[in-house]
Amino acid sequence: MSGTASTRTIREALFPGRPGGAMPASGGVSDERAVQRILERHGRMASQIIAVLQDLQALRQYLPEADLRLISRELDVPLTRLYAIATFYKAFRLVPRGRHEISLCTGTACHVRGAMRVKDAIERELKIAAGGTTSDMRFSFETVRCLGCCGQAPVMMIDGELLSRLDHLTVGKALEKYK
Amino acid sequence: MKPADVPEIVAKTIKKGEIVERLLYLDPSTGKRVELENEVPYYRRQMRLILGNNSRIDPADIRDYIALDGYEALRRVLESGKPRSVIETIKKSGLRGRGGGGFPAGIKWETARGAKGRKRFVICNADEGDPGAFMDRSICEGNPHSVIEGIVIGAYAVGAHEGFIYVRNEYPLAVEALTIALEQARECGLLGGDILGSGFSFDISISRGGGAFVCGESTALMASLEGRPGEPRAKYIHTVEKGLWEQPTVLNNVETWANVPKIILGGAAWYTGIGTGDVSDDPWGGSKGTKIFSLVGKVANTGLVEVPMGTTLREIVFDIGGGVPKGKKFKAVQTGGPSGGCLPESLLDLPVDFDALTDAGSMMGSGGMIVMDEDTCMVDVARYFIDFLKDESCGKCLPCREGLRALLDILDRIVAGRGKRGDIALLEEISEGIAATSLCALGGSAPNPVLTTIRYFRDEYEAHINRKKCPAGVCKPLLRFRVVPERCTGCRACFKACPAACIAGKAKEIHAIDETKCIRCGACFDACRFEAIAR
Repeated sequence: MSGTASTRTIREALFPGRPGGAMPASGGVSDERAVQRILERHGRMASQIIAVLQDLQALRQYLPEADLRLISRELDVPLTRLYAIATFYKAFRLVPRGRHEISLCTGTACHVRGAMRVKDAIERELKIAAGGTTSDMRFSFETVRCLGCCGQAPVMMIDGELLSRLDHLTVGKALEKYK
Repeated sequence: MKPADVPEIVAKTIKKGEIVERLLYLDPSTGKRVELENEVPYYRRQMRLILGNNSRIDPADIRDYIALDGYEALRRVLESGKPRSVIETIKKSGLRGRGGGGFPAGIKWETARGAKGRKRFVICNADEGDPGAFMDRSICEGNPHSVIEGIVIGAYAVGAHEGFIYVRNEYPLAVEALTIALEQARECGLLGGDILGSGFSFDISISRGGGAFVCGESTALMASLEGRPGEPRAKYIHTVEKGLWEQPTVLNNVETWANVPKIILGGAAWYTGIGTGDVSDDPWGGSKGTKIFSLVGKVANTGLVEVPMGTTLREIVFDIGGGVPKGKKFKAVQTGGPSGGCLPESLLDLPVDFDALTDAGSMMGSGGMIVMDEDTCMVDVARYFIDFLKDESCGKCLPCREGLRALLDILDRIVAGRGKRGDIALLEEISEGIAATSLCALGGSAPNPVLTTIRYFRDEYEAHINRKKCPAGVCKPLLRFRVVPERCTGCRACFKACPAACIAGKAKEIHAIDETKCIRCGACFDACRFEAIAR
């Protein structure tokens, strides 16, 4: 296996749809400094990678390639291991998200109380499948397993705000106020 | 209660000490107003040992917890200076792990204390991944010190100086409450060096999970704490001997830890007075104390319910939960999380404890209890859980990774109306294989939802496979929506609700559904107030 081929495969897996050419600019010094601060906060320890990636995602809403490469260099951890962690844990994303993030709970209580119909209704409304982002970057829509608000099922979270006792007949209206 | 009611409450209740009759809880079973909280049926039958203080304390103020005997158990333990007697007490109490396994905590602690290692660790599992369960979240958010006190006592008993709380990333409030509580405990000298002048040093740090169900499994959780993907390992050597960083490690979940101070204060004899069985010789001989259940789904009163072990499902679902709402018929209650089982009406008098649930083919799990009514399709439920578990399988061992995929393929076929004769037997055969040969408990218990639904609701599988019908009206490919002309009033409610614009009909005329355009979303069925849509 040649070095270039394996690099390309990893890149394609990491960043689907992006041509495997030269690396894009890392986004300026100030960005790098923010990542360095995160690394400092966690003692630059490889055992703290998950916490580092969580903070990075909180900062950027996703895990940009340039930042992952920086972390890989700084902590001396192969990029493949970061990829393994970023894809194993559901919390991490490798592509940018829309302005508003919808997380529809499909936990058991929500499921038996009609979450799948709410999902269908949202998919119809936004014309995207769960896991997708609208082309105008207005919404990203995903399903999650249990937000722990089972008493108010079915529920979803939009930008951290909880909407409870959803109804597939009216959920489309609830999305209107998010521009 | 609404903001508009506040002036009346202030004027009457706060100023004059009078009761505002119209705002009192109305007991639906008797039709009478109830004055006191503990007279409400939902609370009256509960025994809130662990949850009780949630409503009495401010989780962000350690003084509230201390005022209610908080950290008194720790003080006593440290003052006695006998870690072994703590282990003895916990062993005698019969406390079993609330996270799902039901392993006797005292034995775990004793083994860890006796195991060889450079250091010992204690971990609190707050990675409450079971969909439909939120008791640990509630304890962490509402009474974080009870968990912390339990952990410190456990650490002292086993001789650990470092502890971790592994919290779900989806629970930001729990992380916040625990972080504040840890800081305050440190300020008060209840954590850190030389705790309460005893010479014992111990501290706890918080780790946030990354949203992986399998990380509730002990070895996977420890891998995650070490900064790796959370894949379990084979447990030829238990984690109490070689766990985190290969050192002896005690892992208990939130609810288990929160029980510890209560046991120290009340004594093992008091604790064994609550619950089932006899644990005087055998710690596996019964289930002691209370258990918190997250009672959700198709039940009138949803919420957290804490009852003594041995309370029957009927008492929980009907007496406390108020039964199934809207006059629907009870069908099943699902316990034990995604890899638990669905128990039918005939088992409602089952006393709920670790062993009775396992015997019935389900399990205690962490205490999720999801009530299902006649509108719930049991094949769809089985498919739902297998889909969940397939997603959450870490993929390390073949039986779990491929077996669950095979189960899902068959279930997908059945709910799509393409089930074949022999599918049920095939499901059972694959299930046995997965259960027998998977590496960890996720795979080991994963077939439970399939096996219990086949065991108790075989007729529903047969209806899907043989008659291509979904009796509960859930599985979309098997549904045909149509208007019942005799009932249709021509109100246009279905017309307005239909997102596919496939309902024809003018006002006051009987409507009709264009079957070729129907997307089977059920909007018309739910919108109709005259039961004029059949499926």
